[in-house]
Order: sequence, then structure tokens, then C-alpha cells
Amino acid sequence: MGKLIMTADDSASVRQMVAFTLKQNGYEVVEAVDGQDALSKLSVKKVDMLLTDLNMPKLDGIGLIKGVRAGSLNKFIPIVMLTTESQDAKKAEGKAAGATGWIVKPFKPEQLIAVVKKVLG
Amino acid sequence: MIEEHIATYREEAGELLAELETSLLDLEETPADQDLINRVFRAMHTIKGSGAMFGFDDIAAFTHEVETVFDLVRNGKMVVTKDLLDLTLKSRDHISALLEASAGCGEADKQTGDILIAGLRRLVPHPEATSAPSDTTIEPLSGAKQSGEVPEKTWRIRFYPNRELLLCGSNPVSLINELRSLGSCLATAHFDAVPLLDALVGEHCYLYWDIILTTIRDEAAIKDVFIFVEDDCQLSIEMIDDLSEDGDTGYKKLGEILVERGDLTPDVLSKVLQQQKPLGEMLVDKGAVTSDKVLSALDEQQHVKGNRQERATPDSTASIRVPAERLDQLVNLVGEMVTVQARLTQVSNTLGDATFISIAEEVERLTNELRDTALNIRMLPIGSTFSKFKRMVRDLSQELGKEIEMETFGADTELDKTVIEKLNDPLVHIIRNSIDHGIEKPADRIAAGKPATGTVRLGAEHAGDSVLITIRDDGAGINRNAIRDKAVELGMIAPHADLTDQEIYSYIFAPGFSMAAEITNISGRGVGMDVVKRGIEGLRGTIVVDSELGKGTVITLKIPLTLAIIESLLVKIGESHFVLPLGAVEECIELSRDDIRAAHGRNLANVRGRLTPFICLRDQFAIGGERPDIEQIVIVSVRGERIGFVVDFVVGEHQTVIKPLGVLYQDVKGISGATILGDGSVALILSPGDLTQKAKSAELDAV
Repeated sequence: MGKLIMTADDSASVRQMVAFTLKQNGYEVVEAVDGQDALSKLSVKKVDMLLTDLNMPKLDGIGLIKGVRAGSLNKFIPIVMLTTESQDAKKAEGKAAGATGWIVKPFKPEQLIAVVKKVLG
Repeated sequence: MIEEHIATYREEAGELLAELETSLLDLEETPADQDLINRVFRAMHTIKGSGAMFGFDDIAAFTHEVETVFDLVRNGKMVVTKDLLDLTLKSRDHISALLEASAGCGEADKQTGDILIAGLRRLVPHPEATSAPSDTTIEPLSGAKQSGEVPEKTWRIRFYPNRELLLCGSNPVSLINELRSLGSCLATAHFDAVPLLDALVGEHCYLYWDIILTTIRDEAAIKDVFIFVEDDCQLSIEMIDDLSEDGDTGYKKLGEILVERGDLTPDVLSKVLQQQKPLGEMLVDKGAVTSDKVLSALDEQQHVKGNRQERATPDSTASIRVPAERLDQLVNLVGEMVTVQARLTQVSNTLGDATFISIAEEVERLTNELRDTALNIRMLPIGSTFSKFKRMVRDLSQELGKEIEMETFGADTELDKTVIEKLNDPLVHIIRNSIDHGIEKPADRIAAGKPATGTVRLGAEHAGDSVLITIRDDGAGINRNAIRDKAVELGMIAPHADLTDQEIYSYIFAPGFSMAAEITNISGRGVGMDVVKRGIEGLRGTIVVDSELGKGTVITLKIPLTLAIIESLLVKIGESHFVLPLGAVEECIELSRDDIRAAHGRNLANVRGRLTPFICLRDQFAIGGERPDIEQIVIVSVRGERIGFVVDFVVGEHQTVIKPLGVLYQDVKGISGATILGDGSVALILSPGDLTQKAKSAELDAV
């Protein structure tokens, strides 16, 4: 069984691309449409990794990261945030909130897989 | 051992030279293609680098000069010109000559090399460009020492994560595993920061690591591993050994390492060194360092020593080189296997035991898979042969004052290695012919309303279990009547014979037949096309010529994929079995005694209103016994003609493992080999082309 990865993004197309790429590489994917959706799913479901956008309605990526790290079930999972280059301040904020790593948008499928492999070990 | 490496280098260099040639020729068409320039550079770089490693210093030194020029091209300091390409192509030839000279065949002229180098240097635009510190390759070679490739270096990494590292989802183990993927890696964990149990927070990370890594990657690659945690840890990366000092297999003393790492001060070290016990033990006894620090330092010592001792271990790659004989042996064994399997199937069917049959079927399936895999191993893309012709066309067209462009397609079409080798000569002759007789001089072409530059298209494509190789030129085409007249003049055909175009064209393959008014350097001796025909028939292939006067000629070669195992049709005459290559078989029809009577002693059968000549194999091979009431005619296409072969009985399709005939029978016409059947008996493989030829000449003699 492949490792389970959650992708949290309010953009359906990004979710689709991420999910497609991950599935092609043998991972299983669970999708979340915003921070709140992700957090509630993560409170009941153990995943191996979280890929999250930073700008999302309801609960943003920073809030989501803090929430996950404050929870118990998925406290130690690797969390990778998707940022744009202009969001250096956000990157630091996310790091402080407990993100493991980041991917700069736009990215190629290979880059995504490289980062996933890196943090999943 | 070393000879083996050298042989591998020769082979590799040969391939690289072929690639170099292709790239250079392509570069002539698209001079600004950065990809191609990089390819040229890389090919030369590898030839040089490995050359120096295996003691081909002359090759390395010469290639270095050419590479230097292409480095300028690569960096945009020079543009690709025709002169440059001419010189580089000549240089390629010179490298090739050097390579051959080193193998003891042929001789390489040092002067040629010097002239080429001088020529290349003249092309370099500014004198300062050569002295410009262009990254890696300008400095002169220091003999065999320089490997050409990036040398391995050994790094000492201390990774001291912050306690909260785990809370960010990072996993030190996966980071260390990632380091392992970069090269040979030795990690020691230190436990001295772990607090007592009551002070220990379960979610904190108290360990830190010393890692010794030997890798060809640079420091940036190592830093990349830690990119996500660089703010969450203390990280030090030092290069401790670049494997540059040759001959020295020792490494620093333990004390030196500890001092370098900052775990021990030089004072303490010198004090402790006064005593006589092993240093590590003494240091621990004194409480100067903990035992795991000593162990870690010892590890480093061991690791680097180990590296320095066994330096030249070649790395394993995704592909391996295997001598061709071993593959041939494998294919032979698979052949035996197919034969045994046929027997197994036959026996199982006779016994009729269901379990046994199912096992036999399983074996059959596996054997077929094994056969396909084994044959596939010997498959090579035909492209390497194609690029050779590109060069030939270029040189010949210059010599003849014609403008000819060579296009190729299907270069990645795969064919058995032996087939590709045997295709070379026939293709050379056909292409030479196309250039010499086919393509006209530029002036004539313009007069005929064609572009001044002629085109020769060489292509390969799969068609069932064969490969079609087409050589198409847009030249003058073949003058049907001229060939006919010439053939009549040479007494090859009767003046009033009624012949199809195909039949007339086939005379260009006849021995001694030449249309060239004068014998040129390139063709006209009347041997070429005869060689083509024999070569292709040796491969069990066929040739079809198609031509339109003034428009051009297409020659199509149909070549079976492999020579070892073929699909065939098994037939029976009396008690003897024969096989016919299935690729050529068109259909099977019945021949009754009435039909024979209706033909009035001529060997012609009426197939759906068309008269088809046939050969009675029973007569041909003088097999005794009664002809059955109803015989079978297997209709085979031979060079575009339909010829029937009369047999008693058609058994069915058969996997034929081709066994060559012994020396004594090698020249027997009509038989191209033999195979062993399931019951252990032998069946002869018929060659329809030869049989037809034989029957025709017998007929002519009778007339």
C-alpha cells in the first residue's frame, strides 16, 4: 500500500494536478478544499504527509499547520507548503508554525515528487 | 583486468565517435542548436577523460584541443562555421585513427594531428579567448592522473539538530538516508546530549550525528539535503579528502582528526600523547573525549583510508556489456529449448493426459517468452549504421560535384545485431549507386525543373516480423528500356521476351551488369548490385525496385528481424519434412490429378484465373513414392512473382530454430539450413529464391 498524502488547496486544478502526479508515483491521495476541511479530516484520519496551499478560505495554510502540530494524530507528519516566490515572509511564518518544507509555485511534477520523496524519506 | 577496461574504452570511444559524427553532421544543418553543441562537447569530453584514465595520452591530448574549441562554441564565444565542422570531422577521423593505431592496426600520423590542431587554433576568434579562465577544461592535462570526470571527494558533516526538529515534521533518519543516496556514507550518532530520564521530553531530538560522505557531488548538493532544516540545526560541512594526493593511502592520525573537529585541544592531545597506551583508550580514560566521539573519529579514519586504497572501482551502470559470443550461446540454448518444448508438446498430445498437457502448455508459453526476450537482447537500433552513410553521402557528393542531402527516418528501428552488420555492405552499394547513377548534377536538375539539391532518403520501419529498409532518391530514375537493351546485349534475355518492369529492374542485380558509361571511383564495375542481391538473400531478405523515369527510384529491402529463429510453414513430401519461411508464403491451394492433366505437362496452375507456375518439390529432390491424389501448392512470393511449391501435405506453422548446414552442404542450392523437429527428425529449410532460380535456368537450358 502506498503512503497516504493529503493535498489541501482551494484550487481544484492544483489539487487535481497534485493528486494525479502523486497517484502516478504510487501514492494515495486524500483531498481537502480548504484549511478547515483539511483540519477536520486530519483529526480523524492518520496520513503520512500533508501538502498545503497557504492562501485558502476559512482557514489558511498557516492556521492549518498550527492546528495539525497542536493536534495529536498527525502531530509529527511532514508538512510541505506550496508558496509563490513573493511570499518569503509567509515562508518564514509557515516554518515557524511548523512546516517541514516548501515548494515554490509554479513547479513541475518531478519537483513535487522529489520533495515528497525527500520529506517522506 | 586492465585489458578488459581498455577494450571497453575502445568500444565506448567507437560509439562516442559515431555519435560525434552524427551530431556534427546535424550541426551542419542547424549550427545554432545548443543541444547538439553540448552533445559534441560531451562526447569529446568523455573520449578525452576516459582516454587519459586508460593511458591513451595521445588521444586525450589531441581531443583536449578540439574540446577546447568547442568549449568556446558552447559558451557562445565562437560560432559554428563550415570550416570548423570540416576540421572537427577530420579531427574525429584522426581520433579514430589514433584509436586504431593504439590497437595495433593502422598508423596515425602525428603530423596530421598537429596540422589539425593548428587549424583549429586559427579558428579561435580572439587570442585572449583561449586564455580566458573558462571553467574546467582549459588547463593542460596532467597525464593519466586526471580522470576527466568529477573526482570523488570526502566530506565531514556534523549535523546538530535543534531539539524541536521533530515538531516540524522533519526526520533526521530520512535526511541521513538521503545523504546515503549521494555516495558512500558513514553516520555515527552521538548520545552525550541525551538528558536523564526525568528531564527528557519525548518529543525532542537530543541526538546529533557525525557523517562521513564520499561523493562526486559538490557541497551545494550536500547542502540541498538539509535545505528544509538549515534554520533548525547547526550544520558544518568540510571537505576532508579530495583524493588528489596520489599514492598516499594513509590518512590523518586520530588525534589530528579530533583536534580538527574541535573535540579536543592540541594541548590536551600532546599531554596525553606522552603515554604509551592506544590513543583513543587513553583519551577516554582521561575523560578528554567520550568513547563515541573516538569511535566516530576512528570511523572517519577507516572510511577515508578505505576509499584511498580502492580507488579505481568502476561504478555499476544501468546497462552492462556482454561479449557477443555469450549472447549467441544464449540464443543457441534457447533454440535447443524451443526444440525440446516442441517435443514435449507432441508427447503430451499423444499421451492425452490433461495435467501433462497443461504443464506442456505452460512450458510452451514460457519458452516463447524466453525466446522473444533472448532475441530481443541482440536487437540494436539501426541508427548507428545510418549515420555512417550520412558521412559517406557528404564525402561522395563533394567528390562528384553533386549537391545531395541525406535524410533518415526510423533510426531507432531495432534489428538483430548480426543482421545489422551484414546489412552494411549492401546498403553501401545501393547508396553509392543512388548517388552516382540516380542523382543528377545540379545543372541537370535545374534544367529538369527539380531543386538543385538532390535528396536520398534512408529509412527503416517495422512490418510484421520483418523490417523494411527503403532507399529513395529523387534522381533520374531507372531507364527501363536502357536496361532491357543492355541485358539483351549481354545475352541475358531474349530480344523479344515479354518482361514486367520488376523483372527488368531485377537485372541491375545481375553479376557483371553495369549501366555506368565509364567506371568511376564510386561505381560502375558491375559488382556492386550483385553483392547487394547476394547479401540480402543471405539474410533471407528480398529486394523490390520501383522507379519512375525522371522522378526517382525506390529500393525496398525486406529483412527478417532475426536470423536465429523464424516462423515457418512445415510441409511434408513422402516421409520427409521441409519448412518454408512463413513471411514469404501467400496462400496454400489444392492440386488435384485433374488439374495436372489439364495443364498438359506444363507446371502451371490456374489460381482464380491467373496462371501460376509451380515447382514440384518431389521431382526436385528426387523423392520416390506415389504422388497423392490431392497435393498442395504452397504459393510463395519470390521477388514480386508468385511461385507455387508442390508438396504432399501442409502440416502447419512451426517455430523454426535455424541450424546452419555443415561445410559439405553449405553450397547446396535451394536449401538454406536445417531444423530439428519435435520428434527429433530433421527438416530442411527451403530457399524459395534459389529454387526458383534453379528451375528457371533448367527451363532455359531445356529450351
